[in-house]
Parts: sequence; C-alpha cells; structure tokens
Amino acid sequence: MTESEHEQGLSRRAFVSGVLAVLGGTITLALGLPALAYWLAPALRKTPSDAWVPLGPVEGLPPGEPTLFTFTRLRQVGWERSATAYGIFVIPLPDGTYDVLSNVCTHLSCRVTWKAEAAQYVCPCHDGHFALDGAVLSGPPPRPLDRYEHKIEDGLLVVHVVEA
Amino acid sequence: MTARLIGWLDERLGLTAIYATVLDRKVPKVNWAFTLGSATLFLSVTQALTGIFLTVYYVPHPDQAYESVNYIMTDVAFGWLIRGIHHWGATLMVVIVFLHMLRTFFYGAYKYPREITWLTGVLLLLITLGLGFTGYLLPWNQRAYWATTVGTSIAGTAPLLGPFIERALRGGSDLTTLTLTRFFSAHIWMLPAALFGLIGVHLYLVIRLGISHIPAPDE
Repeated sequence: MTESEHEQGLSRRAFVSGVLAVLGGTITLALGLPALAYWLAPALRKTPSDAWVPLGPVEGLPPGEPTLFTFTRLRQVGWERSATAYGIFVIPLPDGTYDVLSNVCTHLSCRVTWKAEAAQYVCPCHDGHFALDGAVLSGPPPRPLDRYEHKIEDGLLVVHVVEA
Repeated sequence: MTARLIGWLDERLGLTAIYATVLDRKVPKVNWAFTLGSATLFLSVTQALTGIFLTVYYVPHPDQAYESVNYIMTDVAFGWLIRGIHHWGATLMVVIVFLHMLRTFFYGAYKYPREITWLTGVLLLLITLGLGFTGYLLPWNQRAYWATTVGTSIAGTAPLLGPFIERALRGGSDLTTLTLTRFFSAHIWMLPAALFGLIGVHLYLVIRLGISHIPAPDE
C-alpha cells in the first residue's frame, strides 16, 4: 500500500475487509432468510379446518327414524393425502326440523348402527346404547351422540363439519 | 467494553493466534486461479447447508421420495431456491474441483513437500463425484432411476469383482428401496463425513506448508 492511501485513512487491508464483510453479510442474509421461511412454511400455513358439506335432499325421509348419510373427505398434509369417512344420521322431527347426529360413539369412536326392532343405536364395541335422539341409554358412553350444526339450502341439508 | 471482552476471550482461547495462523499467512504473488480452493470450500459448505435444509422435507422411500421433492419444489416457501442452489451447486462444485486440480497440476504445486495435500485432494475429488452419483438417485424420478441403473451396471462390468460391487452398490440385484436408502445414507452421512474430515487435513497442510509460488519459466 502507498503512503497516500494511508493519508486518506483507508488502507487496502481495511477496504478488502469491508468488502468481504458486506459480501459475506449479503450472502448470509440472501440464503438465511429464505431458509428460515422454508423451514417455517408448513407452520405458518392456515389449513381450513371446517366446511359446510351438502348431504342431499331430505324431503320425504321417513319421519321418526334415522337415515344414514355417508361421505368421505380428503385431507392433504404435506404430500400425503388421507381420507376420513363420515356417517351422519338424519331424523325428521314432527315440527319440520331435523336431528343431525354423528354415528361415532362418544366412548371410543366406534361406529354405532340403528337397530330398528329395539329403536336404539347400538355400539358393537362395548355395548353402548343410545336413544333415537342420541341420549345415552346404557353402557360406557360418557355423553350423547354428537350433533352437527346444519341448515336447509334449496331443499338440501347442509352440515357444518369441523375437523379435529 | 467489547475490546475488554475480546481480550478476555482471547487470553483464554488464543483467537488472535488462530486468526494470524489461518488467515494472516504470507502468500507469494499469485493470480485468480489460486481462489479455486476457497471457491470449492465455499461450495462444499453451501452444499452442506442446503442439503441439511432439504432433509427437513425429503423422505428416502420409493413411495414418497418423488412426492416430497415435488412438494419442496411447488409448495414450500423458497423450496425451489434451496433445492436449486443444491442442484446447481453440485454441478458447479464438480467443475470447480476439477479446475482446482488442473491449476495444482499445471503449476506443479503437488511436488515436495505437498504430496499428501495432493493425495487428499484426489480423495476429495472422488468423494465429490460420489456425492454427485448418490445424490442423483434421490429425486427417484425416471432419470434418477435409469441413470443409477446404468451407473451401477457399469460398475458391474469390472473384472472379477464387478458383480459383487454391483450388488453392494444396489443392496441386492435390483434397484429397490434398499438402493435408495443406502444411497441416501452415503449421500448425507458417509461421504460428507469423509469429505469434511479430509478437508480438515487438506486445509491443515495448506496452512502448515503455505502455498507454492507460480513457477518461473526456467523452473
């Protein structure tokens, strides 16, 4: 380095150090910030956890007994797709409204079936019994069958499915 | 305050001595070709970092490898960037390592007392090629599958030991899930461990022996 550079107060060494620091910092940021976003991406994503699902026309369903509607919902986590099967009992009531019950037993999530001769839902796993409106009659279930929020749109029953 | 803190640390860790030994070395007057080694070091560190980040989402299984790479490329924020740097950095690293070797060869920098630096450099070149070969299979697409089928078949043509080498590389007679997992293991653990271990030896020798000057025409 020359004397004049010294007099200007910026040596060659200081200049190179400065350039290196700026370049190194730029590269670190240019790579580091995207890497952080990359790592956080799935955590920051909001997946819709509820949906209104149309079950179908409910006019003309036999009154006073449950009719089972089934459907499957697909869910994608990362690159993996999984399917969840839903079963929903719809019971037309005398006042023109509907009872909309899940067929999942509140004990250990087995599926209950309607036994018309006994007028009860029966869970095959641990012999839980439920009445037509879902109330527990006997067995281990801790609470009545779950109900779905629902509405009628253009003659179709639409239920509100909230995923766990 | 900072000066006192640095002084306190330096007294215990000997940082300035390390700095002076590693970076304030005396070097002969050289040209830009002498930056190829540093470029290789920079690329290998970049490859390691981007590779570590790729394992956040990559799954080494035939059912999921392609899907997970596809997920990185299309769904993850900056996934295209991380994988892009790893992909092109790999190609660039092979090129730069090769140029680094050519520079050493043509300047005669492999001669006494730097023979062991050269030998470790040859191993580092082979490991770099091995990393390229094993990494190529991991996306598990058609190109990866058939390139590895061909590559391992070529290894199988070696005299006497060929069929054994082919089976050892594939983990059996065909390209299967076992091939994918052993290539993955080699790519992210065995070869990088060997690479960075040897880089340590290589750099120690460079620091210990210094770099050679550009030979004069009459040398």
